[in-house]
Amino acid sequence: MAKSDALTQTVCEIVQGHGGMPTRLLQILRDVQDRLTWLSPETLDRVAEGLHISPVKVRGVAEFYSFLYTAPRGSYDILFSDNITDRMLGNRELLHALCDRLGVRMGETRADGRVTVGVTSCTGMCDQGPAALVNGYALTRLDKLRLDRIVELVNGQIPLTQWPSEFFEVISNIRRADILLGRHFADGTALRAVLKRGSEAILEEMVKSGLRGQGGAGFKSAAKWISCRNAPGEEKYVVCNADEGEPGTFKDRVLMQDFADLVFEGMTLCGRVIGARQGFVYLRGEYRYLLESLEATLQRRREVGLLGEAILGDPTFDFDIDIHLGAGAYVCGEESALIESLEGKHGVPRIRPPFPTTHGYLNQPTVVNNVETFAAAAKIAVEGGAWFASRGTAESKGTKLLSLSGDCERPGIYEYPFGVTVRRVLEDCGARDAQGIQMAGPAGHMISARQFDRRICFEDLATGGSFMVFSHRRDILDGVRNFAHFFVHESCGFCTPCRVGAPLLRDLVTKVHTGHGTRYDLEEMRKLGRIMQVACHCGLGQTAPNPVLDSLEQFPEAWERRLRSTTFEPAFDLDAALEQARQLTGRSDPDAYLREEELMMGAMP
Amino acid sequence: MIEPKVKIATCSLAGCFGCHMSLLDLDERLFDLAERVELDRSPLTDIKELGNCDLGLIEGGVCNAENVHVLMEFRTRCKILVAIGACALNGGVPAMRNQYDLKECLEESYLRGIGLVDPQIPNDPEIPLLLNQVHPLHEVVKIDYFLPGCPPSADAIWTFVNQLLSGQPLALPYTQIHYD
Ligand SMILES: Cc1cc2nc3c(=O)[nH]c(=O)nc-3n(C[C@H](O)[C@H](O)[C@H](O)COP(=O)(O)O)c2cc1C
Ligand code: SF4
Ligand code: SF4
Repeated sequence: MAKSDALTQTVCEIVQGHGGMPTRLLQILRDVQDRLTWLSPETLDRVAEGLHISPVKVRGVAEFYSFLYTAPRGSYDILFSDNITDRMLGNRELLHALCDRLGVRMGETRADGRVTVGVTSCTGMCDQGPAALVNGYALTRLDKLRLDRIVELVNGQIPLTQWPSEFFEVISNIRRADILLGRHFADGTALRAVLKRGSEAILEEMVKSGLRGQGGAGFKSAAKWISCRNAPGEEKYVVCNADEGEPGTFKDRVLMQDFADLVFEGMTLCGRVIGARQGFVYLRGEYRYLLESLEATLQRRREVGLLGEAILGDPTFDFDIDIHLGAGAYVCGEESALIESLEGKHGVPRIRPPFPTTHGYLNQPTVVNNVETFAAAAKIAVEGGAWFASRGTAESKGTKLLSLSGDCERPGIYEYPFGVTVRRVLEDCGARDAQGIQMAGPAGHMISARQFDRRICFEDLATGGSFMVFSHRRDILDGVRNFAHFFVHESCGFCTPCRVGAPLLRDLVTKVHTGHGTRYDLEEMRKLGRIMQVACHCGLGQTAPNPVLDSLEQFPEAWERRLRSTTFEPAFDLDAALEQARQLTGRSDPDAYLREEELMMGAMP
Repeated sequence: MIEPKVKIATCSLAGCFGCHMSLLDLDERLFDLAERVELDRSPLTDIKELGNCDLGLIEGGVCNAENVHVLMEFRTRCKILVAIGACALNGGVPAMRNQYDLKECLEESYLRGIGLVDPQIPNDPEIPLLLNQVHPLHEVVKIDYFLPGCPPSADAIWTFVNQLLSGQPLALPYTQIHYD
């Protein structure tokens, strides 16, 4: 059979496996790539033909997502997680060592096509790093010994299925449990409650509970459900946001790994309350390793009548759940970008309003909630709103899962009632030498020791759960610079203030961090940051300057220390910028150099 | 007492002189301007040595070693330095070479170009060496004001210079700084 016929057949099989639905485009591309290791122009054309959509659209989607490759990759594709917490654990040395041992340059594919080594944004294994992905599967607790083995396995062409299973072991590290993680939940009890008491009664409990969105923004969940329930629409949808892209967060991973039933139950409950028959879990690509077990849980729930048609024998209660895998795009955690991605498009945030509750998936009313929000909702249906509201503060009821990482003795998941102080958390996790915390991830806030008595709740420090500790041994600016790179990498490019502003900010941070900045550059960063906060289209760009602005305020000495005493320094090394031309022309006369002293002399009045 | 005239210098670095043309488009307003200012070094006067000035207007980005020297000199001699036009602000058209290696650019022009006799990359010390990339002005010296446009219209230049000279707050009407 000719090569292109084989290609057509492979693509056809996969497209048909997804029902030929263009909304499944991202899933189709992922599957095709799993088979062929990369997406060639020819492959993309075949996919477009199979789905009867334009090749340009398919190419646009393929090029948008970091984990989709439009250029050849090695048969082993290794991506190191490059969050600041991985760096604290020494990922850079390991990365360079691996590149050396394998004889491959970072970001490139080895000549024999065997292996590619690169970096990716935080993979959500901060409590068990340094971490990486190999062909999309999470590797944890990397060290020199493991690297030696990996080199052998790659060079020996050993299939992933035969790699030592402990390399892929992901532990949950639950260090403190409260009402959500601590109390047993019997499957089906929330669904029985809604069938017995009715949707109205459950909504009343939700209102009473005061539950707010646990993704970070804290919108009242009951209000969201009610608005969607009342919105006119042919179909309604429930979407669970398991994209968990915020660096330093991993609590949704633990919920999906250990409490999937509770999350699915919360989604099914929501389906019943708002009148939806279809739910989606948008699972970040980095959590690919969970897919089979989640599918198995869904299947088991169907078998015992908790999912599918006529749930618990009630012929009016149909609801099913599909899992969509993301492909490495932080912006897809933003709910409207997530919906675009679910629809098979590239994930660019929509203009809001209208909000998803009235115009969501396929323009139908849709509830998008965080994983933890659905888990809490299921519990509330069983235990009651008052029970939930008995914990927490006036405006922030219940508990919050924190993902702790960085410089502490016991990283992992900590569940606290809202209102807990930062200091208490630091004590519990064994962070004795903290100089600062990156709270709620790079998009959140950086706080210094002066603020450790602040409380974690919506009235004070709101968070989606990321909590990264920096000890006094650390350079705060290493973190700021790492985050600045993160936002450049993750900007979707749709709007100019973010597409252009994020790289400008990164360059300024780098300039100061490497000792070339002046007070003028700090002022430039402040100005740029303020513009981005108001002019960017979505939360990503609006929050991107936070680490810079916060650290300027909280850790001024970290910046000042590096400033030059001059009023202005060029953004690049002037003389070094002539080097190529010197080589090409072979010149070495005085005019072939831009020496600092001479420049100053020549410029003297 | 006659007020001393404000001294202005202008120059074109890696630009096309379009911004200077726009300055000439001030037409009869130039007479008005000449009452109040005195031109120092500028392509319009052909004065080669820069004196101490109140205001420097610079068109074009920074593409070679000579540009760096001139720009630094302007910065030291001018109290207020203004970047005029897209090239000065962003690198503009000349910066389109930034996506290629300098080697590729020079080889394309001097070794592979059509109709070349004795192809070679020029290395005469009289010719300023090119920087690896073309840079906007503010990456080399501190710039006080930025006037966008390709080129900024004569009206925009007029508004800007007038407001600056009279000490008014700078505020250009939207019509003078939008380009769609
Ligand atoms: C750039 C960006 C990334 C986001 N990432 C996530 C995420 O990974 N998980 C999440 O639950 N919410 C994320 N959000 C918030 C969602 O837009 C949305 O508010 C949330 O999913 C609603 O669920 P909740 O009300 O239960 O918190 C993100 C928002 C932005 C602007
Ligand atoms: S702010 Fe950034 S991520 Fe958001 S739409 Fe604009 S470019 Fe995209
Ligand atoms: S901004 Fe436009 S007009 Fe001015 S120098 Fe550049 S190309 Fe010429």
